Order: sequence, then C-alpha cells, then structure tokens
Amino acid sequence: MTTASIPAAHGGRRQPTKLGRAVRRNVTAYGFLCGALICFAFFSWYPMVREVILSFQRTNFVDPPKWVGLENFRTVVNDPAFGPAWVNTALFTVLALLCGYGIPFVTAIVLNELRHARAYLRFVVYLPVMLPPAVSVLLFQWFYNPDYGLFNQILNLFHLPGLQWLNSTSTALISLVIVSTWMNMGSGTLIYLAALQTIPSELYEAAELDGAGLFRRIWHVTIPQTKLILLVMLLLQIVATMQVFIEPYLLTGGGPENATVSVVYLMYQYAFNFGNLNAGNALGLMLMIVLMVFSAIYLRVSRDNTV
Amino acid sequence: MKSHKLSILLVSGLAIAAAAACGSDDSGDAGGKAGAAPGSAGPVSISVNCEPPKTNKAQRATFEEDLAAFQQLNPDIKIDKVTDAFPCYDPRTFEPKLASGELETVFYVNFPNVARLIESGQAADITPYVDEIETFKDFNSSIELFKKDGKVYGLPTDGYGMGLVYNREVFTKAGLDPNNPPKTWDEVRAAAKKIAELGPGYVGYGEYSGNNVGGWHFTASIYGRGGSVITDDGKKAAFNTPEGKAVLENLHQMRWVDNSMGSQLYIDWPSLMKAMAGGKMGMMLGAPDVLISLRNDFGGKFENYAITAQPEAKALFNGGAGYMINPKATPEQIRAGIKWIEYEFLTPGKGQLDYVRAKNANLTVGQPYPDLYRPDTPSGQAVNELRKANANIDASQFAGWVEGSKGIPPKAEPGPYAQEIYKILDTPMSAVLTRKDANIDQLLADAEAKVNALLASKG
Repeated sequence: MTTASIPAAHGGRRQPTKLGRAVRRNVTAYGFLCGALICFAFFSWYPMVREVILSFQRTNFVDPPKWVGLENFRTVVNDPAFGPAWVNTALFTVLALLCGYGIPFVTAIVLNELRHARAYLRFVVYLPVMLPPAVSVLLFQWFYNPDYGLFNQILNLFHLPGLQWLNSTSTALISLVIVSTWMNMGSGTLIYLAALQTIPSELYEAAELDGAGLFRRIWHVTIPQTKLILLVMLLLQIVATMQVFIEPYLLTGGGPENATVSVVYLMYQYAFNFGNLNAGNALGLMLMIVLMVFSAIYLRVSRDNTV
Repeated sequence: MKSHKLSILLVSGLAIAAAAACGSDDSGDAGGKAGAAPGSAGPVSISVNCEPPKTNKAQRATFEEDLAAFQQLNPDIKIDKVTDAFPCYDPRTFEPKLASGELETVFYVNFPNVARLIESGQAADITPYVDEIETFKDFNSSIELFKKDGKVYGLPTDGYGMGLVYNREVFTKAGLDPNNPPKTWDEVRAAAKKIAELGPGYVGYGEYSGNNVGGWHFTASIYGRGGSVITDDGKKAAFNTPEGKAVLENLHQMRWVDNSMGSQLYIDWPSLMKAMAGGKMGMMLGAPDVLISLRNDFGGKFENYAITAQPEAKALFNGGAGYMINPKATPEQIRAGIKWIEYEFLTPGKGQLDYVRAKNANLTVGQPYPDLYRPDTPSGQAVNELRKANANIDASQFAGWVEGSKGIPPKAEPGPYAQEIYKILDTPMSAVLTRKDANIDQLLADAEAKVNALLASKG
C-alpha cells in the first residue's frame, strides 16, 4: 500500500506495483476465484465454523447461547451408544472398503476385457446409481425379509437355511455393507473403466510378449498405471463410508441391539430426536477431526509414494 | 510464494466465515416475522401451522373456512401465514425455523415432545392468558403435560389412551370371536397363536423394536401392567421390575415359543401400520386414532378394524397432541394465538369440534377422540353429545375401548428425556424379538444402568 501511494516520476502517473500488475493481468481469474471463495465461504466454511462454535455452546435458539466448554462432548462420550457407534462405523468402513473397493475394480477390468455387450453391461452396472438411495434401500428391505425375501428364497433353492439378515446382530452390519456396495459400485466401476482405457495397449502387448499372464499383466501394468486414481478413490471411499447414515436409518433403525448404530446416525438422533443440536454438533466435530487427521496422513503417505 | 498467497486467501475466507458465525444473532427477533411490534397500531399478525394437506380436501376446506370466520370475528387479528407442511411437528425443521424466525406463532406439537420443549425454553409461557379460555377449567389430565412449576406452556387439542387394535376379519378367519377380543395377556397370546397358524404371512401380534418406537411401546406396555419407566422424581430408572420383565417375557414367548409374531422387525411407526393395514396382522398396541390412520394413510379397510381396552390395564399411556406458542411472540401475539386455538380446537360446536359441519363434509364423526375434557363437565358433555348425534361411522368399533378404558388413569411420558430413554429401551425390545437366547434380566439391568447414567448426567 505504501509503495503504491508514492507519486510516479513521469507526468504524475502512478507506476503500478508488481502485485498490481499481476492483479491486472489476472483479474478475470481472480473474479472466478472470488465466486468460488464466496460459495465455499457460505456453503462450506461458514457451516463448519458454526458447527465448531455450536459444539461448545448450549443454545435453545431463543435466549443468547451459553458457552459450556466440553459439556456437549462429555454428553456424547458418556452415551452408551457412543462406543458401538464408532466400532460399527469403523467395521462398516473396513467391510465396505473390502467389498466396495475391490468389486468395482475387478468389474471394471472384466468389462474392459470384454469384446461384446460392453456398453450394455456398463449400463447394467451403472443402473443402481440411478435409483434414488431410498428406493434401493426399500428394495433390499424386501430382499432381506426372512420369510419371503429374495435372498432366503435363493438360499432355499440350494437347500441352505435362511438367514435372519437385518434381524440378527451378527449379520445386520454386513447386510448394510451389501446394500451400500450395490448402490455405489456403478460410479466406481465407471471411473476405473475410464482410467483403464487410458492405459496404452502397447504396454499390455509388451507384457504379453514377455510371457506375462492375466494376473501378472494386472499386477505389473494395470495397477501401476491406475495407481493415482486408485489412491484418490480409496480416500474418497473412506470419507464417504465413515459417514454412513441412510442404510441404518432406513433399514435397521440402528438395531438390533445397537448393532448397526453409526456415528452419523447417532448424530442425527441427538440433533433431531433428542433436541440436543449442540451435542450433535460435538459428535460431528469429532468425526470431522478424525476424517481430517486421516486424510492428512493419507495424503502425506500417498504423496511420498507417488513423487 | 503462490501457496503462501493462497493460504492468506483461505485464512481470510475462514476468518470472514468465523466473523459471520460469531456475529449471528441466535436470540432472533422477539416477535419473529409473524407479527406487528408490541404497542403498534393495527391488527396483530400471527401465523399458524398444521393446515390439513391438499390431499385431504374436505378437512382443508373446513380449516380455511374457519380461518376466514375467525378473522371476521376478530378484526384485530390477522393470520398472515398458514403452513401445511407434514408432519405438523418435524423435529428436523423445528430448531432451524426457530433460529431463523420462521417458526409459526402457533405451532403443533405431539405429546412426546412437550416436556422437552418446556424444559429447553422453546415454548412461550401462556399462564397469564389461560383464564380467558372458557373451557380451560374443563380439561382432563392431559393439560398437566403442558404445565411445569405452576406455569402453563400450551394447550392439548387431541388426546387418547392406548388400547389393543385388532383386525376383525383376521379374528373371524382364525375362528376367534371379533366381538369378544382378548382381555388378558394370556388371551392375547392364545389369539396370536391361532392367527399365526392361519398360514405364511399371518402375524398374530406386531410390535416395534427400533428408532425409539420400541422404547415407546415398552413404556405403554409397562404402564398398562402398573409399572413405571422412571421414578416419580425423575432421577432413576424404574422399569427393572416384575412388570418390566413381564412385558419382555411375554414378547419373547410369543416370538420364540408360539412363533406368532413373524420375523419381520418393525423399526418405525409406519412399518407396523403398513403391516397392520396389509390385512394379515391380528393385533397391535395402539390408540383409537390408529383406526382412522389405517384407513386414511395406509389403505386399510376401516370396517375390518376395531379397538378394545389394553389388556389388564392399570394405567394408560397418554398420547395426543396440542399447540404451543412461539417463545419469541409478543404478548399480543400470544393472546391472539390462544384465541385461535380456542376457536379452532377447543370450543364445542365450532372449528374442528363442529360435528354437524364435519358430518355434512363427509368427514369421520363418532370416534372417541379428541378426549380433552372431563366427561362430567359442560364441555365434555357437549362434545360427547354432538359427537354421538352426528356419528357417521360405526362407533361399535371403538366401543370396547371406550367401555374398557373407563376409570383407568392416564400416565404421561417419562419426562423431558423420554426420547433418549426410548432409544435405550429399544435394545431390550429388539433383543427379545431377535434372540432366542435373550437374557431378559441382563437386558433390563443393562438398560437400567444406562438410563440411570443418562438421568444422572442431566442432573
């Protein structure tokens, strides 16, 4: 500012500073940036900052809010469902990762290898993504019905005993993982397929000439060539599955016996069923911190590996 | 260098967001958007919610007729906003609306949320105005739900006790007498077994087990058996008792010994209603409004259903709904809001209690609710006479409940933390319905410890 206010030597015109010239040169870019920044500020940063503030307050939205320190955090930590919620969320994430990460990748490889009906099968694989999540969940509610559901009927065809699916503490969580995988695998498959199609065919030909079989070609060509997209998808998937909500909300109500209660489901309970928005915010902040720490570690490790 | 500048920009953005957040006014506008400033000239403006939906044309028409008539009768009151969002009380939108000043001046609330709203200061104190309500002295005990420390925070407009809803057609098919429904839990169990024996898909008795409704029905059941969920002072759990054990044991026996409850879990209110409306379920706990809802909302055949008294009931869970006033309302708005509630919901022969008009509009008349006034009061007698004189449904479907429930005292929700308690009680309910080897003593002891910890943390 001080530099810009010094009168210029020629004809009283001010000499633009280096920053000023740069700004003028990039005014359009900054214009676009401002738009994005304003959107982020209102729709991402502002809610996040509000969440942080509310998690340390008690407010009824009538009287001025009171600062209560860690009271909201103590409330949620002392909740008997707090431990099960984190354990279930972690388990769901691991299982959803095993199914939801591997299956779409393998499906994409198979689709990529196909010579016929590839477009049709791509459409079939993507179809579940086009269904509203609530519809998919309700469809599975019927599939899982222990008396007349599709899955038990299939098991009965093979003379196998039917399962209790959502009604048993031992199968409820994995049942939710199956729903989640089915609902989301279409998007993952398409992204992997796009990545696979960018791999030069010469690499496969060279590998074949060297005598590499299918699995060696996948291990030495496909995976290294799609490493970046695999890493990004891994991060996105973990962040998404840690926020599992709609499946327990619509299919199990967190039960039976808290077997499927998740962190976000518990957050919802606090915010809307218990009328304690502040405790819900405290739980949300905990989850955000966990995901941020995980993302930071992950990015650091993956950057070191990819550079 | 570039990343340094970007960091500055990002930090500035966050700082702006933080400043905006800290500067926001949580206390809001005392009058909300709903009305004129106190002392200002001209009519006082209020807003109301819970207008019947467009799909319910007849009831919506009566409501709109009442809005016009009320404003004509009270030229100093203007109802400038009417909303019809369903459900009328939605916990997901209540606080955002309150925070943003969008909450209506007069808002609907169902009983499970009343104590919590009073506890958290989210409803206006209407004590100074209640003497202006002509029928106030005639209210039955449901008004007590809206009171705390001698102050009144709302008015009940709908009230009923629990009962046993059953399907007459299914009873007949199973060789049971639909005119002589079960009066004891042993009879319920025997009837449920017979119904389940009708074949695949038939469920003798349905019960909730998740999303807090499991705990809600455990509460209704234990009340019926003479037990409680929390102690009178609200400090301790009180359900680890023979009554609590009897509730769970009965369900466990029906599910695993008699196999009369099916294997489907009902985890929210509509799930059991849908099953009941499907025509293959024999019995469920419910209030009289369930019969109307089965017909109106779930496509059930109204004539097939009936309600009788809750078996062996010593107390009846007090269900229902009412209206409260926005805590940011001005005194003028509070007075105007109460006038509207009185006109529309509380005056025999007017508004929603105008049974002559309801009959002419082909709305159902004859169901024994809302049960607002003591039967021996002028208001109670007037409502009952009008209802009887204009009944257009078969009141015999409710007769068993009306007769059997007489003299059984109502019992309110277990305090302001009812929803948290219900969530804890979901666990024993889901356990007995999903595990053959469920240890009921252990389940009750665990739930008791959790509820005690919860209540201790609330002070």
